[in-house]
Amino acid sequence: MAPALVWLTALMVVPCALVLALAFFRRGIYGGIQYTFTLENFGLVFDPLYAGIFLKSARIAGTATLIAVVIGYAAAYAISAAPRRLQPVLLFFAVLPFWSNYLIRTYAWIVLLNREGLITQLLRWFGYTGEPPSMLYTEGAVIAGLVYNYLPFVILACYAPLSRLNPELAEASRDLGASAITTFRRVILPLTVPGIAAGAVFVFVLSIGNFVTPALLGGGRFQMIGNLVYDQFLTANDWPFGAALAMVLIAIMLLVLMAQALAADRASGRAAQVSGGADG
Amino acid sequence: MSEPRTLLAIDHVSKSFGRVTAVDGISLDIRENEFFALLGPSGCGKTTLLRMLAGFETPNDGRILLDGRDIARTPPNKRPVNLMFQSYALFPHMSVRANVSYGLEMECLPASEIRSRVDAILATTELVSFADRKPEQLSGGQKQRVALARALVKRPRLLLLDEPLGALDKKLRGAMQLELKRLQHEVGITFVIVTHDQEESLVMADRMAVLKDGRLLQCDTPHAIYEHPADRFVADFIGVMNFVPGKAAADGVLAGNGTRIAGKVPPKLGPGASAVASVRPERIRLFPSVETANRTTGTVEALAYQGLDLQLHVRTPLSPKPFLVRVTADAADRRPVSSGDQVELGWDAADVRIFAE
Repeated sequence: MAPALVWLTALMVVPCALVLALAFFRRGIYGGIQYTFTLENFGLVFDPLYAGIFLKSARIAGTATLIAVVIGYAAAYAISAAPRRLQPVLLFFAVLPFWSNYLIRTYAWIVLLNREGLITQLLRWFGYTGEPPSMLYTEGAVIAGLVYNYLPFVILACYAPLSRLNPELAEASRDLGASAITTFRRVILPLTVPGIAAGAVFVFVLSIGNFVTPALLGGGRFQMIGNLVYDQFLTANDWPFGAALAMVLIAIMLLVLMAQALAADRASGRAAQVSGGADG
Repeated sequence: MSEPRTLLAIDHVSKSFGRVTAVDGISLDIRENEFFALLGPSGCGKTTLLRMLAGFETPNDGRILLDGRDIARTPPNKRPVNLMFQSYALFPHMSVRANVSYGLEMECLPASEIRSRVDAILATTELVSFADRKPEQLSGGQKQRVALARALVKRPRLLLLDEPLGALDKKLRGAMQLELKRLQHEVGITFVIVTHDQEESLVMADRMAVLKDGRLLQCDTPHAIYEHPADRFVADFIGVMNFVPGKAAADGVLAGNGTRIAGKVPPKLGPGASAVASVRPERIRLFPSVETANRTTGTVEALAYQGLDLQLHVRTPLSPKPFLVRVTADAADRRPVSSGDQVELGWDAADVRIFAE
């Protein structure tokens, strides 16, 4: 316990406290920091310009989450329905992209989406002669990059409850007269919601603070909060405002994580209450 | 009395998985309102057959006629057949009431009818006070009753039960055997039960089928199967049987030591063919006071009191395995025996069954 605590303090608590402190100071006239207390930086975060970037980030992260959950759940479902001995192999392939670097994976998307990239060439090969579609440097490209990078998390999170599900439950539902779709909606889906929630929170939290993917696939003008924080520290040299933005971002992530933890806790709390009742 | 109507006709049904044949050309008729048991050792194909009746497997060959209509390729949700799963397969996120209502909701019945039918079946299965509980709050026996209620509330033409008592402890199992039979009479639904427990099917079934290696060996009433097993396997599998190996003769079997066991030889067994004579433990008399066609002496190796009767293991020159003899407590009191005693055994030719070895 103690070594972990030292670790956590040195690598998490102290840096976060430093950034938090920074957010309450003024920016010096020629960059640098002027050590006088102010709340201006937080005021500026809620300026429509910057609040808009927060909203845009949340929208993009939300869309990426939704798409990743739909694709990831379907993939996890397919894997869990495959023959038992094939499942580890399929899972291995699902997480295979993780073996390469995040940046390289994102660059691969540039190769794909470029005006003269693989997709355009493929279209040409099929006889397409018009203007190459502009896919790179769009919101769609950013969402695609985020979905691609975080999909394995969703697959793993959804696979766990799906593979534990007793296959006789689905058969019982069919036996009682339910169609395959009704069986999915009323039996399989409700029993695997915890996996979906865990995967979704993961994708959302990682996406909303992401700055590499929007920088590479969204182009120079495309900004999410991550890019804004990056700019404040490294380009605009306004560390206090960058710190304030970072703190608000961390607060949003914490809220999402806490909401999920609370929901999971209530679900297991109900289960505990339930088993307690059986004894009585 | 009119001939009982056939509800389900299984007609030359076969099913194989890859190169493994699970069910091999089985034909069976199941009658309206009977309690029918499919019995066999594990891997005999009884569960595959049951899953074909429920619609979870499709036969490679043959027909399954329910009320004269072939349902072999009808999906499970479109057949008037319900299955009670071995694991019970109760929906863990639903209350007992929601579990039982589920099947009726699928029929899109009015809410008031669903309610009254669910209330009625919960009363029949004595689950009213558990209606709002989740499955994990129930004991094994209660779960089993919920699974039964959930299937029965649909009023199926045929209820299939896959090892329904397998998960219960021995004492509860005995009580539930009678309970299931009572319920079957009460609801008037045809039950087909799958079991590997021969005692269970003897107690519960009106008729039963003995399966082995995907084939049907015998289908009859428990009494007929017990008294007249079709072959050596059935004789051994159902109840307890003493076997004397030897060669077929004109009117019996010549044991290894030269003793002739008198009994009726099946016509297909020619003289000199390998054969086995058999007799049930309760048909053997200890120190017979009347003349019996078959007689032997032996040494008591072990005895076990079972309350109502006494079981003796008697070493005889007839067979390598000791004879099992069941004597009533009364008879044992009249002439007590103990381990090591020499005893005389006798049994009638009419109680001997002879099979090909």
